[in-house]
Amino acid sequence: MMSGLINANPVVYEKKERRVRSIPANLDDEYTVEPIDQLEIFDHLRDIKDPEHPYSLEELKVISEDAIEIDDSNSYVRVTFTPTVEHCSMATIIGLCLRVKLTRSLPSKYKVDIRVAPGSHATEAAVNKQLNDKERVAAAMENPGIVALVDDCLAPTYVFSK
Amino acid sequence: MAEGSGLSLHVEAYMDTARSPTQQAATLEAIVSLLQNDRLTIEAMAREMGLYLTTTDAIIRARGIFLLAEVLSRLSLKPLDKVTIHSLIIFFAERLADWKAIRGSLIGCLSLMKRKEKVGRVSLDDTKLVLESFLQSIHVQSLGQHDRMLCFELLECLLENYSDAVVLQGNQVVYGICEAIDMEKDPRCLILTFHIVQLAAQHFPDPDGPLSRVAEELFEILGRYFPIHFTHQNAEDIDITRDDLCHSLMMAFCSTPFFEPFAIPLFLEKLSSDLPLAKVDALMYLKHGYISYGHKRMARYAEAIWPLLKDAIFLSHRELVLSFCLESLDNPSKFQNEIAAGVLTFIEMAVRQNDALFLDLILGDTDINLIIKNMNSFRSYTEISSEGKQRLYVVGHILAVSAKASVACCNQVFDSIFPPLLKALGISVKDPYLIHLQAYELVDFEDLNFGTLFLSVLLLEAARDLIMVSEKSNPLLDESISKTCAILARAYCSTLVRNSHQETYDPHIYLSVKGLQIFATFPGYLLSAQENLFEDILDMLVSIITQNFKSKFLWNLALKAIVNIGTYINKFSQSEKVTSFMAIVIEKINSLLASIEHGLPYILKLEAISAVGMIRMDYMLRIIHGIEATLFTSLSELYIYGNAKSSENMVQLMQCYSKKILPWIHESGGTEQIPLQFVVSLFNQIEGWKDFGSGTKEKEVMEVTMEAVKFAVGNCSQRSQFILIEKIYSMLSLSSYFSVKEHLYTTLPIAMESLPLTHDLESLPAWDEWVLSLFASVMIALHPNTRIPNLRASIHLFSRTFLIGHISSAQALGSIVNKLCPEQNGEGSLNDCSMEEAIDIIFSHCFIHLNSPSTRCPDKSKISFSDIFHNASTNKSLQINALAGLAWIGKGLLMRGHKKVKDITMAFLEYLLSADGMPSNKVSLQEERDYTLHISALKCIADSFQILMSNSEECLNRKFYAIVRPLYKQRFFSTMLPILQSLIVKCDSSLTRSLLYRAFTHIVCDSPLISVLDQAEKLIPLLLDALLIFSEDHTGRDMMYGLLLVLSGILTERRGQESIIENAPMTTNCLIRIMAYPHMMLVRETAIQCLTAISTLPHSRIYPSRTQVLESISRVLDDPKRAVRLEAVRCRQAWFSLC
Repeated sequence: MMSGLINANPVVYEKKERRVRSIPANLDDEYTVEPIDQLEIFDHLRDIKDPEHPYSLEELKVISEDAIEIDDSNSYVRVTFTPTVEHCSMATIIGLCLRVKLTRSLPSKYKVDIRVAPGSHATEAAVNKQLNDKERVAAAMENPGIVALVDDCLAPTYVFSK
Repeated sequence: MAEGSGLSLHVEAYMDTARSPTQQAATLEAIVSLLQNDRLTIEAMAREMGLYLTTTDAIIRARGIFLLAEVLSRLSLKPLDKVTIHSLIIFFAERLADWKAIRGSLIGCLSLMKRKEKVGRVSLDDTKLVLESFLQSIHVQSLGQHDRMLCFELLECLLENYSDAVVLQGNQVVYGICEAIDMEKDPRCLILTFHIVQLAAQHFPDPDGPLSRVAEELFEILGRYFPIHFTHQNAEDIDITRDDLCHSLMMAFCSTPFFEPFAIPLFLEKLSSDLPLAKVDALMYLKHGYISYGHKRMARYAEAIWPLLKDAIFLSHRELVLSFCLESLDNPSKFQNEIAAGVLTFIEMAVRQNDALFLDLILGDTDINLIIKNMNSFRSYTEISSEGKQRLYVVGHILAVSAKASVACCNQVFDSIFPPLLKALGISVKDPYLIHLQAYELVDFEDLNFGTLFLSVLLLEAARDLIMVSEKSNPLLDESISKTCAILARAYCSTLVRNSHQETYDPHIYLSVKGLQIFATFPGYLLSAQENLFEDILDMLVSIITQNFKSKFLWNLALKAIVNIGTYINKFSQSEKVTSFMAIVIEKINSLLASIEHGLPYILKLEAISAVGMIRMDYMLRIIHGIEATLFTSLSELYIYGNAKSSENMVQLMQCYSKKILPWIHESGGTEQIPLQFVVSLFNQIEGWKDFGSGTKEKEVMEVTMEAVKFAVGNCSQRSQFILIEKIYSMLSLSSYFSVKEHLYTTLPIAMESLPLTHDLESLPAWDEWVLSLFASVMIALHPNTRIPNLRASIHLFSRTFLIGHISSAQALGSIVNKLCPEQNGEGSLNDCSMEEAIDIIFSHCFIHLNSPSTRCPDKSKISFSDIFHNASTNKSLQINALAGLAWIGKGLLMRGHKKVKDITMAFLEYLLSADGMPSNKVSLQEERDYTLHISALKCIADSFQILMSNSEECLNRKFYAIVRPLYKQRFFSTMLPILQSLIVKCDSSLTRSLLYRAFTHIVCDSPLISVLDQAEKLIPLLLDALLIFSEDHTGRDMMYGLLLVLSGILTERRGQESIIENAPMTTNCLIRIMAYPHMMLVRETAIQCLTAISTLPHSRIYPSRTQVLESISRVLDDPKRAVRLEAVRCRQAWFSLC
């Protein structure tokens, strides 16, 4: 492994306040469908911990609400994330975390697309290809070391916060 | 003696280091008890220990001395003679030089020095010896933490209790202290050292004394600690906080004026530092120092302090949010920021101590003057930059606290803001004293700008608060100020008028209203133009209330201001203003109800009226008069003409009366005359309706009236309740339908059948229903000790009416059986009817009414409920009424723990079981209809368990004096559970089973969790079965939710978890099925939460279900509701990570 941190001193941003959803006017309405939206996806992802630092991806501005595109009717979601530095070798791990978290949180009919923001990474194409290759993702998840790392990063997202 | 007591054995045991600490403590206790009981003397002990105390082996010697010292410290209350004390203290003082045995010597010295006069104290000469030995032989900082602490305790004790000896050796002591405390770092020791310095300062106040000579060195030692940097916030072994240290260091700094030349520059240096904590501390120390060193010494620092203060407060408030909320209308606004608050308290204190100096600095300050001079440039709140707002806010508060210091300061501050103020008001400066000016001559002003508004309101508030707290003998404010104030008030009014059309929240409106409120609360003698000013302000506010209701913000502000003014007048008993207030506010607002011209919404009228009335009792009395009059007139109109529009108002008015006004009167200690008078007048009114023939039955109005009557009757004394019963009896006697005359009921039940009574509540005339409902309300709210004449007849009456569906009658019966005295041997009861008799009467009525006419009446004493139901096959519609009513009666019995409730519940259950024999194929329409009716009757029975178990607001609660037996719910639950369990097991029909589960659910959901947990093992299979049965359709969704809440309650308790473990696979399966229940989101959400909770149970029990759970939970990830999806994600993770 590398001895030093890749980005030893990242810029930490303030967490955005959790937006409270407006309560639907008709509380009695049991049968209305609440579609999966941008904010819901963002809520799933915002608390994922950075593999290097004790900060969440939201605090490091690796992901933001606007970087999530969703089409509920076609069951498609695309998440674009921005690594903190261009040569970040953690980008694949972050991408893997995003993918694992979404597969575990979304209905199985969903297609998930993860990519690095254009121009934000040195080996952008390679990373994108790796993240969207089913075989390689599956292989990565066979590796106990990587699984442990991913689980560690995902742990804060399951903490009950209301 | 020593040998006899076995001392040597004890001592040897103590010396033996191989023994455990508890054994050693025991031997120590044994020695102490020997000494306590005079079986051994200290001398004898010392002789016996001889060699242990003087041996050359340092370890044994240290232990020996330690033993002697420990023994002494436990004998602090045992009197010792002088010789013993002398020899002991000499010994220990000499031993202080023995650094290997230092701890024992220190404890020995300390325990001897701490002794009180009456148990033998150390003499002056010996004290000197100890002090000398201490100063010469101990180098404190080379010792360990505990020994250092003992040293400081000894020093503290010497300084506190032996000042003579200390003063004699002044120089050595002071040097010794400096040496001892230098470089100390332990917080426990530091607290002691700070206190030692403080004590030393008290002993050497002489300017040429030893302390003054070393003041600089000493301060250098102490100054290093400021500001306290304390990182041991959560250390468990140290119970000292940063605040303790900070305070005791402050006391040390301020203990002597010798520190002043060094301390103040240090504080000022820290005040200008960047560290917020240092600033806050510096301000606190500075304030305390100012008081301790005296303002004369401090005067020379004033010019240095002021700019620092100014910088601190200006920089502290980068982001400012001015609050203009309703609550702050009566409270002075406060700074949240600690630094700013610290600066303001310092300024207030400093101005009060030395007004001329600081006030001159403040008023002479260029920054502040710039703001004052330019206050007219702050035109509108929205246009001012945030920096501008901040400066204005800070300057306003600095001026306000300065003005608050004294009357002279107040005058001076007002003088300073005079010229710009006059300019803002459009008055030329040529006539600065306003000699030729009368307040009311100025009618039209320019719109006041925000700066002027803000500053003037803050300063006026300060001035009012100052005058309120000071005595009347103080000089008044300058006359010119009074005049300006009067003009200002007019200006506020005109600002209000100009801005009143704004519908939203607006700082200008807020400040104007606040300003007017302050004027109205100024003490009366103060402002010359006051008489009509006060009235004008009230007029202004009242006109807003009556006319400006469209602007909700302004309307609320005005009402709040009126209430504040009224409360203020009341609190400071300004009697001259009470009359005006009464005439203007109370009268006008009171007349609102009757008038229709303003178009003010009714609900706002009520809000205004009740708020104003709640200021004080005599206002309330006045208002109640008006309310009651309106109430009765509109009630009559409604009855006679049936106006739907007025019925809505009527309901609001009645609710306001019963929910706001009556409770307020009760809480503020009003007499029972008001509720009594209300009920009496209401009854009179209704009695008068009799002549109008048929009226309207407005159900909602009747309900709110009953509620008010219940509350009013509940608040009456037993005597008045009796009067009310008499009154209602006389009304009942007018009715052609009911009568409570006793003689009619001497022969039962034949006489009763002769009375005409419809079989339907709808056909009962309106007037009779009103009277009946009021009668029931009175009965519900009665005190158990109130005598009820003709009770038997009343029970007869209610028994008949509840059977035709009058629920309040059933509630009244429930209340009667709940509160009635049981039959006692030969003792005369308060009423003409005992409880047993009452129950018999009620049941015989049920029997007759539900029976088919052909059945003969059996012997009264043998009537059982099952007969009632079984024979009631023909009168299905009556059954439902009877059943719902019986539930209320059962509730009354259940709450007092009467055994008869069992009969009722058993009858209910038997009736439920009768569903078994119902024909399933309905041939005719009649049969079909009967079937539906029968089903609803069955459901009604099952639901009557809810009435039995739940708490009711309408009757049978503490407010209406119900008799409640402790733990009645628990008892009922544990009797019913086995019965229901066996019935459910035996039952074959699905209909009966679902009905039984319905009853079961009501009982379980309303029982306390603790009793549920006791039976959890038996309960869980039933509970799961019930959940599955209810999940078949949407009707049982609320019951499902209730059951799931019980289940989650069981899951959170350890005892409950054990019983869940037994049934884990079954529970998991059930929850998996419910997760997909489409009719209620909360059911799904709670089911998933329960499933998550189950994942924490022992692995071996739940692992087999894992695959199944994961499979079904991934389907729930697609749930239509977001909350369910989120729970599902969590639950999935919990089960996923199970392996």
